[in-house]
Amino acid sequence: MLKISNIQTFYGKIQALRGVDLDVNDGEIVSLIGSNGAGKSTLLMTISGVNKAKRGNIIFNGENIENKQPHKIVDMGICQVPEGRRIFSRLTVEENLRLGAHANEKGKYFENDIKEVYDLFPVLSDRKTQRGGTLSGGEQQMLAIGRALMSKPKVLLLDEPSLGIAPKLVNQIFVSIKNINQEKNVTIFLVEQNAKKALELADRAYVLVNGKVTIKGSGQELLKNKDIQAAYLEGGAKN
Amino acid sequence: MEKKDIIQSFKDSLFTGLIALALFGPIVGLRTASKGEGLFITPQWEVVFLLVGLCILGRFLINLNSARKTEITFFSKITSKFSVITEDKAKHFAITAILFAVVFPFLPFTDRYFMDVAIMILTYIMLGWGLNIVVGLAGLLDLGYVAFYAVGAYSYALIATTFGWSFWICLPLAGVFAAFFGILLGFPVLRLRGDYLAIVTLGFGEIIRIILINWYEVTNGPDGITGIPRPSFFGLPFKRSPDEGETSFHLFFNLEYSTMHRIIFLYYLILVLALITNYFTLKIRKLPVGRAWEALREDEIACKSLGVNPTNTKLTAFAIGAMFGGFAGSFFATRQAFISPESFTFIESAIIVAIVVLGGMGSQTGVVLASIFLIGITEMFRDLEQYRMIAFGGAMVLIMVFKPKGILANRKPTILMHGDKK
Repeated sequence: MLKISNIQTFYGKIQALRGVDLDVNDGEIVSLIGSNGAGKSTLLMTISGVNKAKRGNIIFNGENIENKQPHKIVDMGICQVPEGRRIFSRLTVEENLRLGAHANEKGKYFENDIKEVYDLFPVLSDRKTQRGGTLSGGEQQMLAIGRALMSKPKVLLLDEPSLGIAPKLVNQIFVSIKNINQEKNVTIFLVEQNAKKALELADRAYVLVNGKVTIKGSGQELLKNKDIQAAYLEGGAKN
Repeated sequence: MEKKDIIQSFKDSLFTGLIALALFGPIVGLRTASKGEGLFITPQWEVVFLLVGLCILGRFLINLNSARKTEITFFSKITSKFSVITEDKAKHFAITAILFAVVFPFLPFTDRYFMDVAIMILTYIMLGWGLNIVVGLAGLLDLGYVAFYAVGAYSYALIATTFGWSFWICLPLAGVFAAFFGILLGFPVLRLRGDYLAIVTLGFGEIIRIILINWYEVTNGPDGITGIPRPSFFGLPFKRSPDEGETSFHLFFNLEYSTMHRIIFLYYLILVLALITNYFTLKIRKLPVGRAWEALREDEIACKSLGVNPTNTKLTAFAIGAMFGGFAGSFFATRQAFISPESFTFIESAIIVAIVVLGGMGSQTGVVLASIFLIGITEMFRDLEQYRMIAFGGAMVLIMVFKPKGILANRKPTILMHGDKK
């Protein structure tokens, strides 16, 4: 469904991605783990077209998208939930959601879509008219995911959904991600620092180190991998 | 409040007095007067001492106020009274204000001077509302808004004097031209934000003005354009003795001729134009494009990730904001019957930006209040001649002290919960 080959992205002269190869198949949850500065967010930004790749191809459903503009890529069905949520803080919850529908047939099925999001995250329904900025971190993350779902994506790119969120809510968000994948049939590409959670959830996973994929395999395989345990699991995330 | 604080704030206000003395001494204290042969300097120290005294006192009061934050003070009392005029009452205020504006020309105390001031305030309200689209909604700080005002005024003047078309044909054309210039400015600044955007727009405003001065063949340079046709009342001109085969307004309605007819008509014209601007803005905020403007103001990357095309969004904001500036420009041209580049200097842009910022970015009612406050105050102090800019500055300082986020800082949501009163 999404095939990334030899992607190289630069920030000025600094090379952030040194030839990444990666596949995401239809209906999967694929996780990408790695430490700070490995290039995880850069890869997501490159897929959604906000950053441009200098070399390499990104093929989505048989079509090259590496040179397309971000809004075209969203139209094709790839939507990103950016790192740090990036809620429109002075707009209300519902206005945030409506903006998510911006690319989606100009809101034709809007009423139904928004109901689905409220069913998925009932707390948002209670907070409809509240300003986005007044929500808690976890609620903002739910809003960011809900907002992305409003564009009816085929692939949802999630950038560190657990960042800065209470552990209890992290569990809830990961359950929702699983739901989105299974019930709404949305393919998930998840980037996480919380390696344990990300690997448990994933069908398949990749490890990114210094802009290159070093290890790949099923989520369970990677959980058992000695190197990964040493580097990503024992030291940090224990929840 | 401790003694130490009082001494501290007293010292601070004395220091303020020193600065005030250094500023007012040469500016106000030394007055040049021409007596017989040549200029003489006449000192007027009593005025200087008065001003310095006011500065010291003012600073001292502000210091006292900030020193005891928790207590209810004189200042916060006033401020809280101001804040009562917010969201809930905004609607009532709007209706009352519109009604008042409609009956204003027929009130007993309304004379020619009041009408002129009212027309001027309405022009600034319209400009403020137009710029509010760009600055308040889309968050693009445009310091060269007067350029579109100028483009509108000149397009109207040139089309009307060259082809002799009526106001109602020239007005939309002027709007289209201004919108075109809005897009022209929009393209190079697409990638700029914040300070950098402000600098380029500032430059754009100056470029337009300099072109107007130097392109003598078309714009008649610094001499300006004269004899711009006055608007007619749906084909009925406001003339004492109409031309052959024409009926003028007062003859048609069997009224005694009065120059006020034209003034009142102009007043209603700008009132309607301004209200159209307001109505349009309120409506478009609820449409996807308006929402995209506001989202772009909040976070550009989030917008991109959601499929909002920032290029189109910014260009439409510039174009539509410019269009309303152009409409206001045409009105200005037809009212004055004479325009020159003199009317479109940077200070105009600065006043319009000040109105939007002081009103509270994005607040429509705030623009009205700020226009009345700023333009009204400068008019009230017109007798003080050049010192009236001090009143203007003072008004700005007052607003920023009492309402640091603008008169009406709250953004009103475009969607309300079902069952909420609209």
